[in-house]
Amino acid sequence: MPTDLLYGAEVLLNGLMAGVLYALVALGFVLIYKASGIFNYAQGVMALFAALTLVGIMEGQIPFSHLINATFGTNIHHFGWHVPAFAAIFLTMIVMVGFAILVQRLIFRHLVGQEPIILFMATIGLAYFLEGVGDLMWGSEIKKMAVGLPQGGSLWVEENTQWLGFGNEDFYGFFLDKLDMVATVIAIVLVLALVAFSQYTKQGRAMRAVADDHQAALSVGVSLNYIWILVWSVAGFVALVAGIIWGAKSGVQFSLSLIALKALPVLMLGGFTSIPGAIVGGLIIGVGEKLFEFSFGPMLGGATENWFAYVLALIFLVFRPQGLFGEKIIERV
Amino acid sequence: MLDQTDGYMTADGRQIGPVVMEMRNITLRFGGVEAIKDISFDIREGEVRAIIGPNGAGKSSMLNVISGFYVPQEGQVIYKGAPRPAMKPYQVARQGIARTFQNIALFEGMSVLDNVMTGRLTHMKTGMFAQAFWKGKAEREETENREVAEKIIDFLEIQAIRKTPVSRLPYGLKKRVELARALAAEPELLLLDEPMAGMNVEEKEDMSRFILSMNDEFGTTIALIEHDMGVVMDLSDRVVVMDYGKKIGDGTPDEVRNNQAVIDAYLGVAHD
Ligand SMILES: Nc1ncnc2c1ncn2[C@@H]1O[C@H](COP(=O)(O)OP(=O)(O)O)[C@@H](O)[C@H]1O
Ligand SMILES: [Mg+2]
Repeated sequence: MPTDLLYGAEVLLNGLMAGVLYALVALGFVLIYKASGIFNYAQGVMALFAALTLVGIMEGQIPFSHLINATFGTNIHHFGWHVPAFAAIFLTMIVMVGFAILVQRLIFRHLVGQEPIILFMATIGLAYFLEGVGDLMWGSEIKKMAVGLPQGGSLWVEENTQWLGFGNEDFYGFFLDKLDMVATVIAIVLVLALVAFSQYTKQGRAMRAVADDHQAALSVGVSLNYIWILVWSVAGFVALVAGIIWGAKSGVQFSLSLIALKALPVLMLGGFTSIPGAIVGGLIIGVGEKLFEFSFGPMLGGATENWFAYVLALIFLVFRPQGLFGEKIIERV
Repeated sequence: MLDQTDGYMTADGRQIGPVVMEMRNITLRFGGVEAIKDISFDIREGEVRAIIGPNGAGKSSMLNVISGFYVPQEGQVIYKGAPRPAMKPYQVARQGIARTFQNIALFEGMSVLDNVMTGRLTHMKTGMFAQAFWKGKAEREETENREVAEKIIDFLEIQAIRKTPVSRLPYGLKKRVELARALAAEPELLLLDEPMAGMNVEEKEDMSRFILSMNDEFGTTIALIEHDMGVVMDLSDRVVVMDYGKKIGDGTPDEVRNNQAVIDAYLGVAHD
């Protein structure tokens, strides 16, 4: 096999792995949008907040310690204990459920029936508020996500794919990042679990009912408030997983909230209301941007990954505004 | 407890039981508009109770009060002998009151079977985590509920479309699927808002047959709104007549038909 093709295949694999993560982030948006018509601008900040909380709990950080110290003249920062990753993830999830309940109780319960643009504005406010709370609670230094995810290239994959070069001296086997591989497995499991949840459980069925028709959902005994809290909690869980993976990649810091920007083109491609759309859209963008960079990057001065997804999504919008899986929009006259 | 001897025997020999639902002096306003003006009536166990009246009389509003979608400014709803506190529609549904809508509210993105299965939601007890970790129990529950749903699908003769997405169905069938979903809840009280509106003669006959045998076979108590006097006379045991938000008649079809106020109200409006 020619080496170019092999490198291409490696790029493809890396693209697929990135794509699964994009799909995961996009799913967080789709879940909330389907159930409540809210485009949640705060999804990225939720990932940041979840990651900060997780690290804070693991390290035994005292929440709001700066505030407490400034107010009472104390000098406390740590409880002096460490919480194992598993327990910390569980506790963080409880915090995210609490967040979901507060968001529903304090904000969106009062905005039922409002225009989408107003709901959207509310989530922008929420995003900046949450960012501030995150800072105040856990401080703004860059932190490491040390939950024990593996780092570095996988020697095993490299050694076991070397034969594909058929004696070609230039080919050392596929280089795949271990973290990427683990992240991909986690994301796939999570995506499958979400699909199974929405298809086969009572709550999933109720969730789909709310997404489809509020009146009808009420008439079969579904509480909208409960489902909205549930959906925000699930989105919080998705944010937590995304926060862990991205945090492990590049540290827990403000830029983590920008992963949401990676989900936007995925949504433009897949449609805002389609779970399969988010998955396929994520894969297309992940593979597309890696392959494009590999093939044309050098010619175009590199860093095409920064804009490729958006251009692809724009082109797509022009020809299929409803997204890959959306229903065709026909104007009624 | 309600007195079991409280009730009556219908002409076709069905035993009607005690009062399950009593509306007491209900008044409902929208801004300045009084949609319901101080109306009282009751619904008895096993009855087919009709609410009729010209367009805009307040019939749908009354059904919405019963199902919790509207909250009346005055009056009391007494369900199974106890005054009902203000409730959300989903709480009313969980008390065993199912309904259909005048303008059909189905889950358009779901199949017919999935729609009917949502009618079973109030009967599903297994919690979220139990479902994840105790698969056997969840599966058993799913199977049991599925059997009920399939029985109702058979009963309403929609087997042929069980897997069809609802959005592809014609109007008449949608109405039937909505009825199936409501019936799947095995309600103690079933509220139907114009189940035959917009149907052709054949579809109306089918629907009438279903309503009668539902009442007969499952003993379901039914309150239904119908615009058309003729249909109502065949179906119902007792009829409430509304006009401009007021109750102008209440009794058996024969009594109502001969009531002068009712005749006037119906002559005063154009039929469609
Ligand atoms: N949600 C609402 N908001 C404002 N007015 C309403 C609402 N629902 C019903 N009405 C008014 O209440 C009156 C009765 O309507 P409705 O109960 O739908 O009558 P019917 O079902 O007998 O045709 C009408 O004047 C209608 O405009
Ligand atoms: Mg009406």
